[in-house]
Amino acid sequence: MSTPVTLTMAKALNEGLRKAMEDDPKVLIMGEDVGKLGGVFRVTDGLQKDFGESRVIDTPLAESGIIGTAIGLALRGYRPVCEIQFDGFVFPAADQIITQLAKMPLRSLGKVKLPVVVRIPCGGGIGAVEHHSESPEAYFTHTGGLRVMACSNPVDAYHMIQQAIRSEDPVIFFEPKRRYWDKAEVDKDAVPLPLDRGRIARPGTDVTVLAYGPMVKTCLEAANAVEGERSIEVVDLRSLSPLDTELIYESVRRTGRCVVAHEAPVYSGLGAEIAARVTEACFYHLEAPVLRVGGFSTPYPPSRLEDHYLPDLDRVLDAVDRTFAF
Amino acid sequence: MTVDASRGAEAPPELVQLLTPEGERVEHPDYDIDLTPEEVRELYRDLVLVRRIDMEAVALQRQGELGIWASLLGQEAAQIGSARALADTDMAFPTYREHGVAWCRGVDPLYLLGLFRGVSNGGWDPADHNFHLYTIVIGAQTLHAVGYAMGVQRDGADAATIVYFGDGATSQGDVNESFIWASVFNAPVVFFCQNNQWAISEPLEKQSRIPLYRRASGFGFPGIRVDGNDVFACLAVTRQALRNAREGQGPTLIEAFTYRMGAHTTSDDPTRYRVAGELEAWKLKDPIERVKAYLFRNQHADQDFFDAIDAEAARLGREVRKRCLELPDPRPLDIFDHVYAEPNALLAEEKEQFAAYLASFEGGES
Repeated sequence: MSTPVTLTMAKALNEGLRKAMEDDPKVLIMGEDVGKLGGVFRVTDGLQKDFGESRVIDTPLAESGIIGTAIGLALRGYRPVCEIQFDGFVFPAADQIITQLAKMPLRSLGKVKLPVVVRIPCGGGIGAVEHHSESPEAYFTHTGGLRVMACSNPVDAYHMIQQAIRSEDPVIFFEPKRRYWDKAEVDKDAVPLPLDRGRIARPGTDVTVLAYGPMVKTCLEAANAVEGERSIEVVDLRSLSPLDTELIYESVRRTGRCVVAHEAPVYSGLGAEIAARVTEACFYHLEAPVLRVGGFSTPYPPSRLEDHYLPDLDRVLDAVDRTFAF
Repeated sequence: MTVDASRGAEAPPELVQLLTPEGERVEHPDYDIDLTPEEVRELYRDLVLVRRIDMEAVALQRQGELGIWASLLGQEAAQIGSARALADTDMAFPTYREHGVAWCRGVDPLYLLGLFRGVSNGGWDPADHNFHLYTIVIGAQTLHAVGYAMGVQRDGADAATIVYFGDGATSQGDVNESFIWASVFNAPVVFFCQNNQWAISEPLEKQSRIPLYRRASGFGFPGIRVDGNDVFACLAVTRQALRNAREGQGPTLIEAFTYRMGAHTTSDDPTRYRVAGELEAWKLKDPIERVKAYLFRNQHADQDFFDAIDAEAARLGREVRKRCLELPDPRPLDIFDHVYAEPNALLAEEKEQFAAYLASFEGGES
């Protein structure tokens, strides 16, 4: 038994990747600047030094090439973990992800498995230029054949990245970049939840707030801010496709109220899917309509405006208040 | 723009050819091939049988039994020649027109018919015959092939990878990225481009200002143009490129200069964009006729042989037709199967709901 260690989320991911590479010699890492540099966020720091250039591959600067060749490597029996450097750069690879990675197993009637993980640092809040602050998860949850996951903290990050790599299905793995440097105690020997389960991050009785990735921390802060006045239950979804609907429904049936929060635009976002499902499954338990908090239906704004665009503690609490106004 | 009716009628420069359209064996300084009469007869048989399967499929589409078919008519030599160069351990990545390559790899033609009939999206196991699934998105498979070749490299295996694509695909980003990847990683891959002169209605001039094989030099590996209607030359050139790949000399681009004698697919009407004279010129360069002429000229086969092959082709056509018509439709709930390798709660829920809906009808099926 190892004792828990304090890790940042970036370091937890790094150690999770290292463990996966130690456990299975077929695991490869590939992406732009993932080798000597260790990735622009240092998530792959030191891995090329220890596992060599043939397992930690600095690729040419072409995202479609990264995913397309990862598919080929998976066909040959490897388990590639691809890094897309920033969320907004996944789109050149969207064709390979959506038309090939997601569909090839069905094309083969199950004879081909593609255990490819696509890691995508996501979300805003770091004062970056255009294309470096986006939340493209709904494009991928809308695509059958992909699993979509989002970690929110170092503990989950360590375990979830390993589960994603062990999965026989392709996984789009979102990492909230503004939480990379958050720290927590990580017990590496703890038995993790299954990869398709959500988690009650904070129990409560008055309202269920559903979040994932970067918004989990924001929602926990909101819950803490109104402690004693309102009892907010915060659920960290973790798996975005499939959703842990049983956990969601159980929570909403208990509290009678539901708010969904994400950084991505509200319109046609994951929150819309959740709101529809909760309304259908929990209709007679709901005291108020399911409300959504998220980004606007605009391109992500220049960073001097991002604090207005990103849902913060006050926007979450405003939605919570509105669910009590019905 | 004017259409040049003589396009391709003259052999372009720098074309590797070992067998003329008249069936005359010619020498080339860099490529040679030593085939026994039996081996030539086998190639002839492949060419004829594959054309027969293709013809039957076109007829099945016309009779409403296939949704669509992409004919390989005219490209038989490019496919048979290159595919017969492969070792069993080599891996091939096709487009959706590589029926001749599929034949050489031993893939049951029924899988191909099933795809175009709408029974499945392929359904064969690529590992069974080292023949990957048909890829419909143009050029996407070139990256899969290079990735696979990178895996071969890491395994230290004595194998090469070949990937098929067309002239239109050379404009795709994925194809250009695959050239870059193969080059910088020195991947054991052969890029086999069947330049059939047309990307649906767009002639080669819409894709390139230079001959396609010359593109390779800009990426740092050799490019060769071969007579794509010459099965000997396609075999010789591909064999050498595969050998180079296996020996660690990296990728080669082969441009097989050929002609799509039929429509792009059965949904296409080439009379809207190309003149009849072009097809007539290419008919004189038919890939099968020249092998027949060679066999006759050298007395490697007699009329009985050709009659026997024709009879075998007719039997194969009838058999393919019969088995195609017997293909069972998938069941409605099959929609949900094989999407994921592991259990998936969302699909399980949808499948259960759809099953209940279907069962709600009297005599409802599932």
